Amino acid sequence: MAFREYKIGCWMFGIALSTSMFVTIFLPGLDISAVSSTDIALEKQLTYGHESGFSYEDPFLSGAGKPIKVVLTKDPMNGSPMDKTNAYVFEAGTPFPSGLTHTHVLGEKVKNLSESKGRIGSANEDQGAVFLVRLDEASDTPYIENASATRGWTPEKVLAAADQTIMAGSGKTMFVREGCWWCHTLLPEQTQDWQSFGRPPMLGDFNGESPTTFGSDRKAPDLLHVGARNSSREWMMLHFFNPRLVQSHSIMPRYDYLWGDKDAKGNPIDLKAWDEAYMKYAAGETPYPPEVPVPADNSDARYLIDFVLNLK
Amino acid sequence: MLKYLFAKESEIPQGTTAIFFGISSICWFIIGTGLGSFNAAKLAFPDWYHGLYWLQFGHMRQVHVHAVIFGWIAMAFAASMMYITPALGNTKLWSEKLGVWNCLLYNVGLCLALALLWSGVTSGREYSDHIWPIDLYIAFVMVLPWCVNVWMTIIHRRTQGIYTSNWFFAACMFMTVIVFLVGNLPEFFHLTGLNEAYMTWWFAHNILGLLITPVAAAITYYIVPKITGNPLYSHRVGHLHFWSIVVFYSTPAAHHLMSSPLPEWLKSFASVEGVLILVPAIAYVCNILLTMQGKWSMFVNNVEIKFTITGVLLAIPLNMQGGFQQTRAINWYIHGTGWIVAHAHLALLGFSTFAEAAAVYYGLQVLLRRKLYSLSLANLHFWTLLIGFSLYWTSMTIAGLIQGAAKIYEVPYVDVVIAEHPYMIVRWLGGTLVFLGNIVWLYNMYMTARYGDEVPAGRQPAELAYVR
Repeated sequence: MAFREYKIGCWMFGIALSTSMFVTIFLPGLDISAVSSTDIALEKQLTYGHESGFSYEDPFLSGAGKPIKVVLTKDPMNGSPMDKTNAYVFEAGTPFPSGLTHTHVLGEKVKNLSESKGRIGSANEDQGAVFLVRLDEASDTPYIENASATRGWTPEKVLAAADQTIMAGSGKTMFVREGCWWCHTLLPEQTQDWQSFGRPPMLGDFNGESPTTFGSDRKAPDLLHVGARNSSREWMMLHFFNPRLVQSHSIMPRYDYLWGDKDAKGNPIDLKAWDEAYMKYAAGETPYPPEVPVPADNSDARYLIDFVLNLK
Repeated sequence: MLKYLFAKESEIPQGTTAIFFGISSICWFIIGTGLGSFNAAKLAFPDWYHGLYWLQFGHMRQVHVHAVIFGWIAMAFAASMMYITPALGNTKLWSEKLGVWNCLLYNVGLCLALALLWSGVTSGREYSDHIWPIDLYIAFVMVLPWCVNVWMTIIHRRTQGIYTSNWFFAACMFMTVIVFLVGNLPEFFHLTGLNEAYMTWWFAHNILGLLITPVAAAITYYIVPKITGNPLYSHRVGHLHFWSIVVFYSTPAAHHLMSSPLPEWLKSFASVEGVLILVPAIAYVCNILLTMQGKWSMFVNNVEIKFTITGVLLAIPLNMQGGFQQTRAINWYIHGTGWIVAHAHLALLGFSTFAEAAAVYYGLQVLLRRKLYSLSLANLHFWTLLIGFSLYWTSMTIAGLIQGAAKIYEVPYVDVVIAEHPYMIVRWLGGTLVFLGNIVWLYNMYMTARYGDEVPAGRQPAELAYVR
């Protein structure tokens, strides 16, 4: 019997579903893919790297295989002073973001400039590279510069000359793994959020970013520009360790376990003892809460704090 | 179960697959709602326990979502399809053996998938949180064998036509596979940026709109006529429901991202299509409620009808919300607030859970040939579910309106947290009631299997009087 009495129905079903997918996937896909990267998208790609969720380079979301953002105030080649510059260091083997491997993600003009002036074509994942986000004043177009090719900046030299290293790429992986985005959105809404949470993102701000972790169910402040509102590393440290230390009404979970076993000075961290002391403080038995340890440079907590402070 | 895995097809009793799926679904319902209640407790009292870091909210939230969607809802669907599809085709299930394997590998896969999510191994995309190897497992090992069983049973039917429920079952399983594979393309091929974000919500919208809502409706198309003895009010209205689901429900995905920088034409298109969802919704609700003509006493007397019709009645506010909350006029106010959380629970814990619970209650009685052990416990289950859900929905809707108002008046966010605190407590109480009710349900079904009165051959469970 099969479906032969239902021939017309099956055809209609196929046509309806195909048309629906043509209109809701193919057409928007064309439209969205035609959008050029903004400078924000270029910075985000170079900061977060290839993928912040599950990937070959980082299957357990430990923050491995991510680029390092550094702040330079002196030239890595000769040590002479230079204007404050952000550079994005991809050490040998760090996977490149989509914009560098599939250059159509950048958009026509950005791609042409990045290839001609920025020489991104000569960058190689196996050797590593250092990138900059530049603006072409004549055409007012941002592009990516491969500083390893244009200036001879190798990852080692740039890391050695860095004033500050920002592990925001690894930090975004923590943001995804720890589920921060279940409560904190990264999407100020176009309608009402300007005053509280800052400028909503634009169409081209996301090219090459994956996942975008907009968040949908806001139970806490939007974080897209949080680093511009609160740039205190000290505050972030207290807040991540136990949010109730700085905001007594917060319902955020404690993230003290992201500190790992040892603090920045190499002293062991005893969370149980800390909690006991804190509960005494919370019950009013002691006047001050226990001291919060400073996270080690290679701790998950440091990555996450770097990510949050980098959200400008 | 294990003894059937390697048995010959002819030696496996009819209905085995449905029974296994049914019992599994109840167990997963307990697990899923237990996790939900636990998560809700943390939102109300963040410091009420200390030191259990593997129970972090950020790791557990998605485990709750996927335990109820893949464990409870999808497995209750599987259980329903595995006995309703053959019954409507006047035949037996195409392969009980495939079904038994399907159920085993489904449970194993789901445990693995949830364990990975729990440990933080995620794609970071809401509703498609599973990493892509798990996505492939879900599509080809968990869902495709299920589809094959449903399609082959319909193809081998011994009736001339196909009844409304089976159109939905066949079509929805097809659309589910397509939606699952297409929706996860960003992970298979590493699509990025707004394409990735949009596809995430295309998937989320369509898995709800093309699997959960219509299959729940299809189940009621079977349960209500079967138990009341009334024929379906209108086959043609059923047609309208089916075709408008395919055409209108598959298109408004972008309305989940109304406040994001997607192309404006896409948002407007999605918004208009979103209102048109009211066409299948109204057709469906009218069709079922008119089928009840003359049998409304069963809404009180019969526990399956009580569950089913409550689900159908909950579909009314669900669709009124769903149709209008996504228009620009309303969405800017409630987007991203607790209102949406309440709405999602109205769809999953309200409408579809009540419909499925009825199908599992009815199916297990029919397949085990046992009358329900206790009507009182079933009523207790019904009322804990309904009161728990109502507390949840009301508190989260109010919390959402508070959040919406705070958005406009630019209230510091911590004041929103403070204002929402009482509603978070009520939400937790509601969720806990649902969880406790489900434990009662499992006990009741166990006792039904062991001690329920035998239903004589050729009789319906509804024809026998309740004992307790």
